Amino acid sequence: MTSAPSFGTRVRRNEDERLLTGRGRYIDDITLEGALAVAFVRSPMASARIISVDTSQAMALEGVHLVVTCDDIEHLDTEMPLLIPDPSLTSPRTQRPLARGEVFYVGQTVAMVVADDRYVAEDAADLVEVVYEPLEAVVGVDRAVASGARSVHEGVAGNVAAHSRQRSGEPDAAFASAEHVTSVTVRVERSSAAPMEPRAVAARWDSVLGELTVWDGTQAPISVRGGLASLFGLDEHRVRVVAPDVGGGFGQKVLLFYPDEVLVPWAAVKLNRPVKYIEDRQENFLGSTHERLQVHHIELAATRDGLVTGLRDSFLHDTGAFIPYGLAVAQVAAGQIAGSYRIPNISVDFKAVYTNTVPVTPYRGCGRPHACFAIERAMDVLADDLGIDRFEIRRRNFIGTEEFPYDRPGLIFADGQPVSYDGGDYARALSLLEEALDPPAFRAEQEAARSEGRYLGLGLACYVEGTGLGPYEGGHVKVHPITGKVYVNTGLSSQGQGHATSFAQIAADEVGVSPSDVVVVEGDTGEFDWGVATFASRAAVVSGNAIRKAALIVREQIVHQASQMFEAAPEDIVIEEGKVFVQGVESRALTLAEVATMSNPLRYAFNKAAQSATQFTPAARRDGAALAEGAHPGLEATDYFSPASTTWAYGVHGAIVEVDPATFEVKVKRYVCVHDCGRMINPMIVEGQVIGGVAQGMGGAFYELLDYDAEGNLRNASLMEFLMPYATEVPRVEISHLETPSPRNPLGVKGVGEAGTIPVAAAFASAVEDALAPLLHGHLLDVPLSPTSLHAATRAG
Amino acid sequence: MTGVETSEAVEAEQKTSLRVVVNGTAYERVVPVRRLLSDFLRHDLGLTGTHVGCEHGVCGCCTVLVDGRATRSCLTLACQVDGLSLTTIEGVKSADGGLHPVQQALSDCHGLQCGYCTPGFVISILEVLNSPDELDLSEEGVREMISGNLCRCTGYQGIVDAVRQAAVAMGRDGDAGKGAPA
Amino acid sequence: MKPSRFEYFAPESLAEAVALRDAHPGAAVLAGGQSLLPIMNFRLGRPEQVIDLRKASELAFVRVQNDVVEVGAMTRQRDLERDEGAARANPLIAESLRLVAHAVIRNRGTVGGSIAHADPAAELPALLSCLDGSVEVAGVRGRRRISAGELFVFHLTTSLEPNEVITSVSFPALEPSWGWSFLEVTRRHGDFALAGVCAALKLDGDRCVGQVRLAACGIGTTPVRLSTAEEALLSRPLTEKALREAGRAAAGYVTAGDETQASTAYRRQLVEALVRRSLLRAAARLERRTS
Ligand SMILES: Cc1cc2nc3c(=O)[nH]c(=O)nc-3n(C[C@H](O)[C@H](O)[C@H](O)COP(=O)(O)OP(=O)(O)OC[C@H]3O[C@@H](n4cnc5c(N)ncnc54)[C@H](O)[C@@H]3O)c2cc1C
Ligand code: FES
Ligand code: FES
Repeated sequence: MTSAPSFGTRVRRNEDERLLTGRGRYIDDITLEGALAVAFVRSPMASARIISVDTSQAMALEGVHLVVTCDDIEHLDTEMPLLIPDPSLTSPRTQRPLARGEVFYVGQTVAMVVADDRYVAEDAADLVEVVYEPLEAVVGVDRAVASGARSVHEGVAGNVAAHSRQRSGEPDAAFASAEHVTSVTVRVERSSAAPMEPRAVAARWDSVLGELTVWDGTQAPISVRGGLASLFGLDEHRVRVVAPDVGGGFGQKVLLFYPDEVLVPWAAVKLNRPVKYIEDRQENFLGSTHERLQVHHIELAATRDGLVTGLRDSFLHDTGAFIPYGLAVAQVAAGQIAGSYRIPNISVDFKAVYTNTVPVTPYRGCGRPHACFAIERAMDVLADDLGIDRFEIRRRNFIGTEEFPYDRPGLIFADGQPVSYDGGDYARALSLLEEALDPPAFRAEQEAARSEGRYLGLGLACYVEGTGLGPYEGGHVKVHPITGKVYVNTGLSSQGQGHATSFAQIAADEVGVSPSDVVVVEGDTGEFDWGVATFASRAAVVSGNAIRKAALIVREQIVHQASQMFEAAPEDIVIEEGKVFVQGVESRALTLAEVATMSNPLRYAFNKAAQSATQFTPAARRDGAALAEGAHPGLEATDYFSPASTTWAYGVHGAIVEVDPATFEVKVKRYVCVHDCGRMINPMIVEGQVIGGVAQGMGGAFYELLDYDAEGNLRNASLMEFLMPYATEVPRVEISHLETPSPRNPLGVKGVGEAGTIPVAAAFASAVEDALAPLLHGHLLDVPLSPTSLHAATRAG
Repeated sequence: MTGVETSEAVEAEQKTSLRVVVNGTAYERVVPVRRLLSDFLRHDLGLTGTHVGCEHGVCGCCTVLVDGRATRSCLTLACQVDGLSLTTIEGVKSADGGLHPVQQALSDCHGLQCGYCTPGFVISILEVLNSPDELDLSEEGVREMISGNLCRCTGYQGIVDAVRQAAVAMGRDGDAGKGAPA
Repeated sequence: MKPSRFEYFAPESLAEAVALRDAHPGAAVLAGGQSLLPIMNFRLGRPEQVIDLRKASELAFVRVQNDVVEVGAMTRQRDLERDEGAARANPLIAESLRLVAHAVIRNRGTVGGSIAHADPAAELPALLSCLDGSVEVAGVRGRRRISAGELFVFHLTTSLEPNEVITSVSFPALEPSWGWSFLEVTRRHGDFALAGVCAALKLDGDRCVGQVRLAACGIGTTPVRLSTAEEALLSRPLTEKALREAGRAAAGYVTAGDETQASTAYRRQLVEALVRRSLLRAAARLERRTS
């Protein structure tokens, strides 16, 4: 028996008070006595040979401790690991920490300076003299694969890093017998996660103990630890990696290794002094990874009444100058290209293409927004081609509730497992959107507005999201014998998702305390060091279930211990609000701290509770050993969860917009989001994830793109020109929740971290296209949509 | 990004002495003249609650009050605030030392996730709610009020709701009915 | 993104500032720093000396006299925006200022700094052009006045001598017989305008345009006075035809090339639309002001 469960309720966040009062602990907030600062010399050219590097003037500057090039960094002068190999990735190339002989993108690190502070480090970086011999830059996927294009990397003909082909069903037959084929080419522009805290790494080497501590604003501390230990030839437990508070990640902070992540620890060892690298905003654009750019050519084979029988998609994925994270982004896009629809016959091909630009790794959505944009725009065009309503065509093609689990044999998802949707009610989600937006009423309003020269539009987009990938995560739960607080550890880390609250709720409910009495410690390999990382909306599913399993064991331990102490039957033990008692005799309750203390046979009575736990008390007297064979002291357990397959969240977003036909400004009048992420641990946090995701989706739909010129210069490497939306650019989001428990894990949860972002661009393109229909020549197939691009779309013949 | 003038850059760094009052405490420090106020607060005074997200005035993470006015500390030299009085997030609290209504409202309305932008928002909101200017607490009015601070996590909705809640708590809700969501 | 080294001066008076300016040709004048410091943080500018005007208190004032709103160069944009005397004398000033960046930038940004910075997309230079205003500048050889038409030379370039400092900015007043409007289109709230149009207008007895002033920002290398559009309107009522012709004439002033955020063709259409809307808004306000 426990108190009312906190699972499913809007528990206020445990992490808030600290963050609201300026007591956050982001990396640059951690004081390291005598720490030195790093600045990098970065390539100003997209493609060039390095003729010479002269560091002498920089070295001579007062306050400079170290200036190094690839020649000076010993065993680190090597290509960094290919993190996710794949058989179709035939020409993988990864980057060296410091360029050797050649640079491949503007921003690539060429030399590192370590100085008294960042001001001096930048002065010194300016004094490093690099002579380059420019080479022709390859920019833009279309140009990179055009015949005669120069190779970004010697030996990679056609700039194709990987060519992947997947088939499900009989696509050729479906197209051969199709009554109608719709084909469109869509383009999603390059963007950046641009978390508000740029990346940061600090390191301290303890030469006495031979221990390396690294503070890294990473989503994957345990994996970074493993990599560093291997690079530095240290036992894993001599390397501690801590991801303290991290100011947003969204995928950009999951790559290992960025050059700084190995060079900063190296410099700390070399100089035997703490060293910090705090990336600035310009470097975040030039040195941290990008994402999004894909060009899809997608075809749908259909019957005349709109039943889609086949899908053929062939797309180019811009991977930038290197491919350290393998094919994850393209693979995810390919795996969910058919979206929410039955479509039994699928062919999906992609090429991952090198260009002389910043490398590409996952950014919130990781291929899903691109795939969603392709399929949803194609569905709208198909609907228009066949004269069928855009809602109706979707309804006709949804996978039905009775068809789950729904497999797409032949398609492989990002976890290497076959694509298999677990469940949901897609049609119901669409009906909820219809109820909210009332399309018939809207059509009447639209018509009336048009007669006044005002252009209103309604659009929608459905999505699925494969979430909660393996391989596994762990959970460690311990009742602290002094305070009675419940400590929870897991291996991944939080960048704002509220783990300290959601995980606390899970543990609190199982153990029988209030969530505010649960202390979640994560992202510190010194506390827990088995696990993978935060990515792919997996924390709640994988860590959440692991923590629940561990908490259940601890609960049993408490009951067992208490039943002995009270000499009562285990079924009669009640744990409520941190108190343990026998049903009906609450007056004799023990605190959890007391039970925890008693579960640890002691010799020394260091406090009052401990007195009764020592082996000299009459109560402790027993036959045989203080600890029974196989037992362990304390209330503590560790367990793991390893999902067999992915959970699939889904939903539909709809928008009503008004477009000014003279200025092409778009005003969002309504934005409705219906989603199902299985059982919700904390609806407030879920809504925060969804709404935050929608805002990032707005960025991709209307504002954000990374603007490379033909020479490979990033023209807008600042927040002045990379147009991340302010509050004034983001609409109020109306949310409806559906909760179909996932059958694939005991908590019944699915991930939600990326859901909000996925369909936003598609929904807005649909809405704006609907608004401007009388003025447009053709469909809106590229995002972001800007006033200028809309203006052009109304002009083009 | 390659070599530039050498002679000047190698010259010694000019320093200056400055006195400020931050959150009611007086400080006197000698700093290089080029030190940004954001770095001065964070690294010289150890007030790390003020964050740095862009160093070109766009994100608002570094916003502090200088003589009561919201100011980008990344676009201010430390020596420019000599003799002035500052408030940073560390100095924001309610009369009883607990969370200020603005902070409380942000937590109640889930107006923060990673928390990196949060101190800047608190300061910016505080300036407006404390100013004698007429408030527009309509949805659009509040969004305009906080436009000037970027948040990558929340999508702003919780922050908008928090401004309204805080305005009520601070007795500044004369117009709160206007445009409030149903 | 930290500024490179410089020598710092905070002169106590304008005279001292001018002398320093003269002595250090490589110096930058620091006013609000809201444009200069980003440039220095990116190290796009590396001034050898910085002359901070913050202590020259004689440069912070707002004076309304003889049909002119004279504003000291160091007046914070936010202070001018809130100045009741200035608002009464010329409501277009506050309207323009509210379009400048975000309030927090205006808290520090100065009126003189915005004019001296001469960003072609900035609002205050366009306002000054629209009103035929002027600035007073001081140099070692004394003071002189430069009219808006002569001040703005090119992108981020004025006709100031390198050793001169702007001391005040004069915006002619707009009597109640004028209607006024500043409209612009930005990508995000507070961003520099893709294009903006500032309009002031007087109608005569038979509702024909008696006097009209139009200027645009964001369309060329300087703020642009839209003279041919003004001419197209004179002595005509604000009919559809007149508005269209004025808009077309204004569109002819767009010289900005194709940029990611705005193509030339789009900017032309935008200016046309903004001229029309700004004129109609000015006329509507006039109606309200006189009725
Ligand atoms: C995020 C952001 C958004 C912005 N958006 C806009 C916008 O939408 N519209 C807009 O108009 N502006 C915008 N600005 C710029 C802002 O308005 C600046 O405040 C203004 O342009 C410069 O004023 P300042 O006082 O800060 O000048 P400073 O930055 O101190 O100086 C700017 C330049 O003028 C020179 N200078 C300054 N004062 C004098 C003087 N008295 N005599 C001679 N030279 C002088 C300086 O040497 C320097 O070259 C924005 C700024 C930021 C950071
Ligand atoms: S850090 Fe100052 S505004 Fe971004
Ligand atoms: S809460 Fe993360 S940036 Fe705002």
